[in-house]
Amino acid sequence: MFENNMAMYSRYLTELTLAFHIIFATIGVGVPLMIALAHWIGLRKKDPHFLLLARRWSRGFVITVAVGVVTGTAIGLQLSLLWPNFMELAGQVIALPLFMETFAFFFEAIFLGIYLYTWNRFKNPYYHFGLLIPVIIGSSMSAVFITIVNAFMNAPQGFELKNGVITNIQPLVAMFNPATPTKVAHVLSSAYMTSAFVLASIAAFHLLKGSKHVYHKKAFHLTMIAALIFSVTTALVGDLSGKYLGKYQPEKLAAAEWHFETDDKAPLVLFGVLNEEQEVKNALKIPYALSILVGAKPSAEVIGLNEYPEDERPPLYVHYLFDLMVTIGIFLAGLAFLYAALIQWKQKFAYNKWFLRLSVISGGLALIAIEIGWIFAEVGRQPWILRGYMKTIEGATTSAHVDILLAAFGFLYAALGAGSIIILRKMFKTNTAEAELKELGL
Amino acid sequence: MSLELLGITVLWIFLFGYVIVASIDFGAGFFSMYSDISGRKDMIHTIIQRYLSPVWEITNVFLVFFFVGIVGFFPKTAFYYGTALLIPGSISIILLAIRGSYYAFGTYGMKNNRILTFLYGMTGVFIPASLSTVLIISEGGFISVKGKHVKLHLLELLTSPFAWSVVLLAIVSVLFISASFLTWYSSKANDYKAGALLRKYTLAWSLPSVLSALVVVLSMKTHNPEHFENMIQYSWMLILSILFFFIAVFFFYRKKHYGAAFLSVVLQYALAFFAYGTSHYPYLLYPYLTVQAGFTNETMAKSLVIVFILGLLLLVPSFLLVLKLFVFDKNYIQGK
Ligand code: HDD
Ligand code: HEM
Ligand code: HEM
Repeated sequence: MFENNMAMYSRYLTELTLAFHIIFATIGVGVPLMIALAHWIGLRKKDPHFLLLARRWSRGFVITVAVGVVTGTAIGLQLSLLWPNFMELAGQVIALPLFMETFAFFFEAIFLGIYLYTWNRFKNPYYHFGLLIPVIIGSSMSAVFITIVNAFMNAPQGFELKNGVITNIQPLVAMFNPATPTKVAHVLSSAYMTSAFVLASIAAFHLLKGSKHVYHKKAFHLTMIAALIFSVTTALVGDLSGKYLGKYQPEKLAAAEWHFETDDKAPLVLFGVLNEEQEVKNALKIPYALSILVGAKPSAEVIGLNEYPEDERPPLYVHYLFDLMVTIGIFLAGLAFLYAALIQWKQKFAYNKWFLRLSVISGGLALIAIEIGWIFAEVGRQPWILRGYMKTIEGATTSAHVDILLAAFGFLYAALGAGSIIILRKMFKTNTAEAELKELGL
Repeated sequence: MSLELLGITVLWIFLFGYVIVASIDFGAGFFSMYSDISGRKDMIHTIIQRYLSPVWEITNVFLVFFFVGIVGFFPKTAFYYGTALLIPGSISIILLAIRGSYYAFGTYGMKNNRILTFLYGMTGVFIPASLSTVLIISEGGFISVKGKHVKLHLLELLTSPFAWSVVLLAIVSVLFISASFLTWYSSKANDYKAGALLRKYTLAWSLPSVLSALVVVLSMKTHNPEHFENMIQYSWMLILSILFFFIAVFFFYRKKHYGAAFLSVVLQYALAFFAYGTSHYPYLLYPYLTVQAGFTNETMAKSLVIVFILGLLLLVPSFLLVLKLFVFDKNYIQGK
């Protein structure tokens, strides 16, 4: 009983730290790419607006990176502190990408430090721009490696387990498990997409506030076009992720779709509620769509949840998380598409109040999609921490006091979150883009 | 060299790297706070900002590298230390977070927030104290293991003279290493006022650093006689270490060759650190876990080593670039 309690608190604390880290990590992966885009366009077109954009974004980025580093260090240590049994077992097979990740961090940290403190120090400005490339590689690769670890937890392979002893270990086979391709691609593209929308929100906010400065219009244009590309990619890769689930983790997909009986010609269930007899009510059903998602044809068979023993089924609320993520994804792709269409044919509607209002919330929506996407993926794996091999409860720490730590870290993240918001606001308020443009004589 | 010996050697070298760069960072924070309180803020504050702001993330990665590496090469450490260190480890995380947020928030707008500056300065002494519990616990006597249950005896830890002597050594060393580096850095920046003040700090913390090291060695004799006996076999390293200490102090006292002086401090600590580490071998945790028993499988070990070598090929040139731009570039240091 006592041990179960500690496993529960370990879960809460892991959830808390990850949910907090993932916000900053996502921004940390995507924003360097956006900075590089602006910086590159600025250099090529000799456009000081884009150069200033790169510079202002990177200033804000310093703060999110710092919080990302702090919370990342926390989750890194907590993996061993809260899940010692899991790390002891899984570490023997999957330590390699974790170790590679530290090199990616190193690489990123070194060049980010140089980039930030060397504006105007090089005679050839392209050298300075070049420093961004290792930053992008470093941050994207750290996302790749950690996602590989997570993919391994979903589709473990590359070892044999007999009586608690691991043999025949193949680190590369473990890394390139069936979950890796879709997971890595989806995490990367959603991080780029989210960063683009977050930056678009800022630009839209200034335009909505009445600024007519071309600086903000350029920022809005760049971010919305990038967001269009990345959101379409994210949706396409999301579809592939669904196909992966259908093949390798059917119980997760079945829980997400409330699909209980194995069946062909399965419909896709959107929203709705479950009654006591586990019947789906008030849902929007798209005929054949689930079969098409899984097997690319209407007659494809889809495995139902009832094939699995009751204690190995994930909680059914993941259905709502999945639906919400997909809805947000389609909505945001539509929004970015609408922008592209308007800017082509009806320029002035692109700065319409309502359109701008929707754009202001797009960054927040994307972040929500990231959060619920992860919760769906992780809760949908339950009760396993290492699917098929180790249950979450068995992986947890046996030491007491996790509850106190949960409270302490709760305070810490609240303070960090509040601090970041206050500082970011202060930074951009006291030193507005308009003022800075004036100073530069633009 | 066997793979496990190679693994632990590499990790130990990185840990030493962390000890040096982190000491500079922690100590600088403390001095910065101290000079703020005693009204001498501007003298060393700018120097510290200029050096620390670009490199604190890199310092942090040294730590991350160490704990990811040790769990990779020795997965059993996750089980023993992970379970035992839940409380001290979490305290370290929170302190590191406070420190990180000073860098995040302090550079923009909140620079003059006294509470934040105070917290930041205090983490400079509390983090080394809390991190040193790992080394203390590794000496054995504070953990008991029954089957799958690892228990940390917190009360014994908190009342152990040995434990407190290590904590004392950690704090004093941080201040000594940091002051000696910053003396050199400010002399390169031609900031003579700050340099003179930092030189005073260096000399003030010099003797306490060796004395506290002696106390640790002596209290180890009662706490872990086996390790103590082993260490005596490496006394030549300890003697050399003390020799470098005297060279360093001599240079600082005579106000010359600050670069060589700082290098001597590094060598002083390197020798002591490796005498300690070598004599700790083969134990990762007295008496439960040895390097051999805790080692991962051979396939994983080999791939980790390969990745490590490839990683170094990437990192060493990048690292040299940082040194060139921020530590050896006179114009940058002097704020031009
Ligand atoms: C901006 C964020 C975002 C958006 C708009 C979407 N996703 Fe997503 N999704 C994620 C962010 C995300 C994520 C946070 O990155 C997850 C969590 C774990 C993972 O691998 O990626 C994820 C997981 C995830 C999974 C589970 C993969 C697994 O457990 O292995 C599926 C099947 C989808 N997504 C499918 C979609 C579809 C069909 C979308 C349609 C538009 C979609 N996602 C939009
Ligand atoms: C179990 C999950 C995770 C662990 C253990 C982890 C670990 C860490 C650690 C230790 C750091 C600090 C590194 C430093 O000192 O510089 C960090 C930062 C970072 N993490 Fe995570 N991380 C996790 C999840 C993720 C995910 C899912 C992503 C990407 C989608 C990610 C992307 C990043 C990035 C980009 C940074 C650098 C900081 C920044 O640029 O904001 N991490 N992480
Ligand atoms: C690499 C080792 C990892 C371990 C040991 C781990 C372990 C866990 C565990 C045990 C939970 C609790 C599940 C539950 O709710 O019952 C959890 C939840 C979660 N994990 Fe993972 N995870 C890892 C990787 C990742 C990565 C890379 C991410 C990406 C950021 C991630 C994101 C999440 C999120 C957002 C939750 C919260 C889900 C919820 O609210 O329940 N995890 N993780």
